[in-house]
Amino acid sequence: MIRFIVVRIFQALPVILAVITATFFLIRMAPGGPFDSEKAVMPEVKAALEAQYNLDRPILDQYFSYLADLGEGDFGPSFKYPGRSVNELIAAGMPVTAELGFYALIFAVIVGGLSGVIASLHPNTWADHLPMTFAMIGICVPSFLLGPSLMLLFGVHLDWFPVSGWGDISGDKVLPSITLGAAYAAYVSRLSRAGMLEVLSQDYIRTARAKGLSEWRVITQHALRGGLMPLVAFLGPAFAGLLSGSFVVETIFQVPGLGRFYVQAAFNRDYTMILGTTIFLSTLIVIFNLMSDVLAAWMNPRLRSELFNYD
Amino acid sequence: MQKINSNHLLKVDGLSVSFVTRNGIVKAVEDISFTVDIGKTTAIIGESGSGKSVSCYSLLGLIPTPPGKIDSGSAIFDGEDLLRLSNECLRNVRGRRISMIFQDPMTCLNPFMTIGKQLAEPLICHQRLRRGQARDLSIELLREVGIREPEITIDCFPHEFSGGMRQRVMIAMALINEPELLIADEPTTALDVTIQAQMLSLITELQNKRDLGVIFISHDLSVVSDFADDVIVMQKGRIVESGDRSSILGSPRHPYTKKLLSAIPRGGKAVSSVRGDLPLVQVSNLNTWFSSARYRTPIRAVSNVSFSILSGEVVGLVGESGSGKSTLGRSIVQLIKPTSGSVKFADLELTKLSNSLMKHQRRLIQIIFQDPFASLNPRMTVFDTLAEPMQLHKIVEKRDVTSEVFKIMNDVGLASSSVRKYPHEFSGGQRQRIAIGRALAVRPKFIVADEPVSALDVTIQSQVLTLIQELIDEYGLTMLFISHDLSVIRKISDRILIMHKGSIVEEGSGSKIFEHPENDYTRALIDAIPGRKLQVS
Repeated sequence: MIRFIVVRIFQALPVILAVITATFFLIRMAPGGPFDSEKAVMPEVKAALEAQYNLDRPILDQYFSYLADLGEGDFGPSFKYPGRSVNELIAAGMPVTAELGFYALIFAVIVGGLSGVIASLHPNTWADHLPMTFAMIGICVPSFLLGPSLMLLFGVHLDWFPVSGWGDISGDKVLPSITLGAAYAAYVSRLSRAGMLEVLSQDYIRTARAKGLSEWRVITQHALRGGLMPLVAFLGPAFAGLLSGSFVVETIFQVPGLGRFYVQAAFNRDYTMILGTTIFLSTLIVIFNLMSDVLAAWMNPRLRSELFNYD
Repeated sequence: MQKINSNHLLKVDGLSVSFVTRNGIVKAVEDISFTVDIGKTTAIIGESGSGKSVSCYSLLGLIPTPPGKIDSGSAIFDGEDLLRLSNECLRNVRGRRISMIFQDPMTCLNPFMTIGKQLAEPLICHQRLRRGQARDLSIELLREVGIREPEITIDCFPHEFSGGMRQRVMIAMALINEPELLIADEPTTALDVTIQAQMLSLITELQNKRDLGVIFISHDLSVVSDFADDVIVMQKGRIVESGDRSSILGSPRHPYTKKLLSAIPRGGKAVSSVRGDLPLVQVSNLNTWFSSARYRTPIRAVSNVSFSILSGEVVGLVGESGSGKSTLGRSIVQLIKPTSGSVKFADLELTKLSNSLMKHQRRLIQIIFQDPFASLNPRMTVFDTLAEPMQLHKIVEKRDVTSEVFKIMNDVGLASSSVRKYPHEFSGGQRQRIAIGRALAVRPKFIVADEPVSALDVTIQSQVLTLIQELIDEYGLTMLFISHDLSVIRKISDRILIMHKGSIVEEGSGSKIFEHPENDYTRALIDAIPGRKLQVS
């Protein structure tokens, strides 16, 4: 088991290095730099600034010194927030984004999982078609449309929830979480429906019924575990996707998370901030993928005995 | 022969079941009536699709409704009509008074649950036992069905058992609530012949001990010929003949029953006339080992095997699953690279050929697999399937391809009108004919046939076997015929090799093997053949 995890981590290292390298050089190929602005800046000031952040050195030089710093866990100083390091900025934004992502995931799993399972138990009836239609809509509607719509309906017309902020007024976390989670709820719903339908057609479900078990027991004891396996495998990538894809929702609802720093950094050519966030998020993606693989293997007795009783 | 009514455990009368499909209503079962007596076995025989399983599943409400629908009939069990019971009441019958075992113990046990948990479920659900009590009872029953060390194995998952052991677990699970009626749906079809013999004697033993009524569903008349009290023969949803065992086996009246009986392979093959004196294939000291991460020592699937096949000869290779017979076949045609040893084909050392040189030999050496559906490309028509290898190996001129395809279709007994059809539009037997045709299309000299008839119903099986025999003579083929079924092998082979745990343990002509077996394992195999009485007659 430990061997499996270690091997997977080593496999991930080149991926992350490739991400670093691509991001580092791509962002520099983009026109403009961190200290360009609409107002004319005195060339000496700009040169001094660039010298301070080592931007005057050859690009390969910068690349390797960045890697060296990274090795020590230092993402470097932010170019646009003077005096603050990228580490500090990520540390400030991350908890908010993680919390938002977590609520969105909970929403996605509960709403999506329940509707998917219910749909699978009544295939081709209204209990199937209704949630599946919603799921289709959920996948199609972008969050910049869903967010404002929810704001209008629940915030303005019904006045149930506040329309912006994070942790300031009670209930202000509800709408952003739902907006972010909706598309994932839709995926989860379709995944769990398909998984359950597959399992319900298995021979061992017929065996369970032939034993005289109640339908409730057949579903909860025999079908759910196998039926929700695809869902478990999806959870890791989904959570990673929620973290890295939250900037639209954060912008709409004025949530002070990492996503907004990320987008602003791109516009500002804040090289270190872009790099830092990208590396941080891609590492998370790798970790969450690994975690859901391990969890899925753990849930499957066959894989479990192969992986966990390894030497 | 009307028996006294009080002996009837189950009396099914006029049962009809239909399914609503896209192509209209399909009548799966039409107006069938039969009885099962206390402590007796009623066998239902028929090929796949004859409605034998559906009729039994519908008794317990186990067919999905919709699309299934019970149109009429009654099934009186202990004074109550099963077909009219509420779901709640029916659930109390299922698993307690009537229980079932199914064909494939691999897919019928929940892979996510330990067998102990699965065994205890019916006890907890019907008798409201506590977990500890249920566990003790389960261990007791596991021991009775022949599971070793049940105290330990009860906590294993199904995949940790072999097929035969899993079927024992299934049987234990069905019997745990001491039911009065057991419905066994092809319980031995997925098992090896020696395991099958063990299962059948286990079921009869448990039946006698408990006075259990049994409905035994099978496609193979020979399987039930030793122990069934009554036999019902079904075809296309109807009962075509029924009666007690001796009358069905001794004096069958319906043509279909006669066909089923004659389809049981028996007797040996007449000595082939075209056999040459020179060996075409020579295997010496062949080893194929697989290394595995879990075991230190490699798995010796094929271990030091030597034999030769004369040109024009048909050699049968028999063994149970896991004996290495398929690996041996694949190692000979170099689909698996052998670990060591030599395979000579017409004086050419195949193991040392480069891939490109081997490609030329592939034309002369063909292989036919067990499952024609999996080995045929579902997106290619019959024409494409047959024409492709001809063009690839430039067997005939381009303008002659069409006529050659039609010739082969004619040879393997396929209607030329179906040339534009896709594999899924054919039945299992027809698909195997296509697969045979594809192998013949390149005019091979040597064919390895790996269980070519094992997936087929018994009547279809005998047709395909006859076809293979005709083609061997017509095309002058040399063949290695692999099967787990000794009677099939005996019917088609000039010589028989018995394989056990990776080695050839005995070799000889059919009559020598059957009449004077030298090896204990060979003897066990012969004894395990179902319906020995039928074989002799």
